[in-house]
Amino acid sequence: MTDAAVGPARARGEEMVQLLDATGARREHPGYDVHLEPDEALDVLRELVLLRRLDAEAEALQRQGQLGLWAGSRGQEAAQVGAARALRRQDHVFPSYRDHGFLLARGVDPLHVLSLFRGVDHGGWDPVAHGVHPYTLVIAAQMLPAVGYAMGVQRDGAVGTGDPGRDTAVLVCFGDGATSQGEAAEALNWAAVYNAPVVFLCQNNQWAISEPVRQQSPVPLHRRAEGAGMPGVRVDGNDVLAVLAVVRAAAERARSGGGPTFVEAYTYRMGAHTTADDPTRYRDAAEVDAWRERDPIDRFRTHLRALGVLDDAAERAIQQEADAFAERLRAGVPQMPDPHPASMFEHAYAEPHPQVLAERDEFLAAWARHEQDEQLGSTVGGDR
Amino acid sequence: MERTPIAKAINAGLRAAMERDPRVLLMGEDIGRLGGVFRVTDGLQKDFGEHRVLDTPLAEAGIVGTALGMALRGYRPVCEIQFNGFVYPAFSQIVTQLAKLRARSRGRLSVPVVIRMPAGGGIGSVEHHSESPEVLFAHTAGLRVVYPSTAHDAYWMVQQSIASADPVLFLEPERRYWEKGDVDTSLAPGQVAPLHRARVLRPGSDATLVAYGPTVKLALDAAAEAAREGTELEVVDLRSISPLDVDTVAESVRRTGRLVVVQEAPVFHGAGAEVAARIQESCFYSLEAPVKRVGGYHLPYPAARVEEHYLPTVDRVLDAVEQALAA
Repeated sequence: MTDAAVGPARARGEEMVQLLDATGARREHPGYDVHLEPDEALDVLRELVLLRRLDAEAEALQRQGQLGLWAGSRGQEAAQVGAARALRRQDHVFPSYRDHGFLLARGVDPLHVLSLFRGVDHGGWDPVAHGVHPYTLVIAAQMLPAVGYAMGVQRDGAVGTGDPGRDTAVLVCFGDGATSQGEAAEALNWAAVYNAPVVFLCQNNQWAISEPVRQQSPVPLHRRAEGAGMPGVRVDGNDVLAVLAVVRAAAERARSGGGPTFVEAYTYRMGAHTTADDPTRYRDAAEVDAWRERDPIDRFRTHLRALGVLDDAAERAIQQEADAFAERLRAGVPQMPDPHPASMFEHAYAEPHPQVLAERDEFLAAWARHEQDEQLGSTVGGDR
Repeated sequence: MERTPIAKAINAGLRAAMERDPRVLLMGEDIGRLGGVFRVTDGLQKDFGEHRVLDTPLAEAGIVGTALGMALRGYRPVCEIQFNGFVYPAFSQIVTQLAKLRARSRGRLSVPVVIRMPAGGGIGSVEHHSESPEVLFAHTAGLRVVYPSTAHDAYWMVQQSIASADPVLFLEPERRYWEKGDVDTSLAPGQVAPLHRARVLRPGSDATLVAYGPTVKLALDAAAEAAREGTELEVVDLRSISPLDVDTVAESVRRTGRLVVVQEAPVFHGAGAEVAARIQESCFYSLEAPVKRVGGYHLPYPAARVEEHYLPTVDRVLDAVEQALAA
């Protein structure tokens, strides 16, 4: 039986921060707590539901040929929504490539991530305006830049001032597979050496495509922190309250000048790695079923029902919003225009590069010529 | 400024850039108290502080990756890679992130990072200290690659590289670090040659020698030797590998009709091949002979006791010139 099948509560006997158990019952934790007002709690549920809907719609759009590929986030909603909620406006996120929850939480139009998977661009959002770096597809390659950015934050004096609108944390996302990369080790070490204001958020979803986490590491991932010289915390990644509490504490520690923290959000990738993957080749349905019982959204919903915060009317309102959201995605994706072919020449360099400029001119001339030929050809064809 | 070794000229250029712009930072291994293994950053940490001259952990991907992050935050980091053969742990950061981030973000992000490294051989050193990796970077779109050969250019080009909005690989001819030259520090910014402009260092009418970095001196020596036999060689210093100033070379070749390219890097798939291809495209009818290339062999850089046979020499350059003139 794999560790993943044993489930989070007993995972290798490691302590794991939990504020909601798998049935949705509230748990106390000596180190972490969180209180949400009813409106905010409903807003968290709303984000969880929208994120899952984004995933479902994107998968369907890929099946219809509207997207080239989709890297799903199903099962990881609580880890993403909870962590994103712990951040402030001035904080900066370095995502990997299935961190769609951070985009939604930070006000990025989801069409800007669907455009990436459609092949229109590499992600259409403004990284500065939203505080979210472009998606990074090379495993772990966003980690060192995140640490460098955090060193820049330090230099700007935006750490430890006590001003809640100024002190800044950097959160970098990566997965269990990424922890095997050399750059991950460098990033942890570097952040600790410079006491950089970074939250390392490892979403351990148990699978790096077909490789289970035990093939990445013989020790629980959060224990990497100890060797690097920073606190490491394992949190139930399917418990949105616990993730929020743990990441909030880590971000606050970063902002106050306390240095970096490693957070392992213990979760599960419910879907395929991407739409090009077939997980039935490498994992048992029983394992997936076991994790389905710990669904992060059901868990939070049960909790809110028990509190009396969520009633049928509120549920209906969220579902209606999700339907409208989905409709907008379904309508928006097929209407995305392809970029002008010559636009590929636009941003390779900030300053002119004569060889690139010459190639662009050659391309445009050839393109105009071929377009003309094609038009001519179709006219002739029509006459025949 | 009095006659200055190249290493000191780069040092002075770094100092000028740091004085002008507080966002300029130096990062690297042993660049602080030691002043770098070639002493290029000598005294800068003492004068600007540990806050601006960072002795980093020994991790090249870390140096470049964190420099990129600091550039995103508005800083202008200048990384030193201790030796050319040690750049490869950073290769992924350079090629997949630094070079592409501007295009990936549709121009919304700029990463003005300079990566300095000593390059080329001829110093009798051990493995990985004498390589010429310029085309690995020149072949990567999004990067600029420059390679000064004189103290004057080293002083100005390092400042121009730091001022560039694009990431720049700044190669330094390690066997020329202590060769002196005149540096005119009094030039106004508009008087300095553009970063990517090639320069004719010696006029001549019989053939054109194109060189860059450490082979420029070699080309000048070969030209002096040829002149004693009555052959006038024009020497063009490329100064920049990407972009390439083809116009200056073509203008020379149209007059001389013959071209020999000299580089330390392996000839196979090297910068000389690109120059040769561009020249036959742009001045095919002016060429009186096939373009010749002189450079390293397609081999791992050899042990120091045989490197003089691997590196181009005046004799090999003159042999190539002779063949070009005979054709």
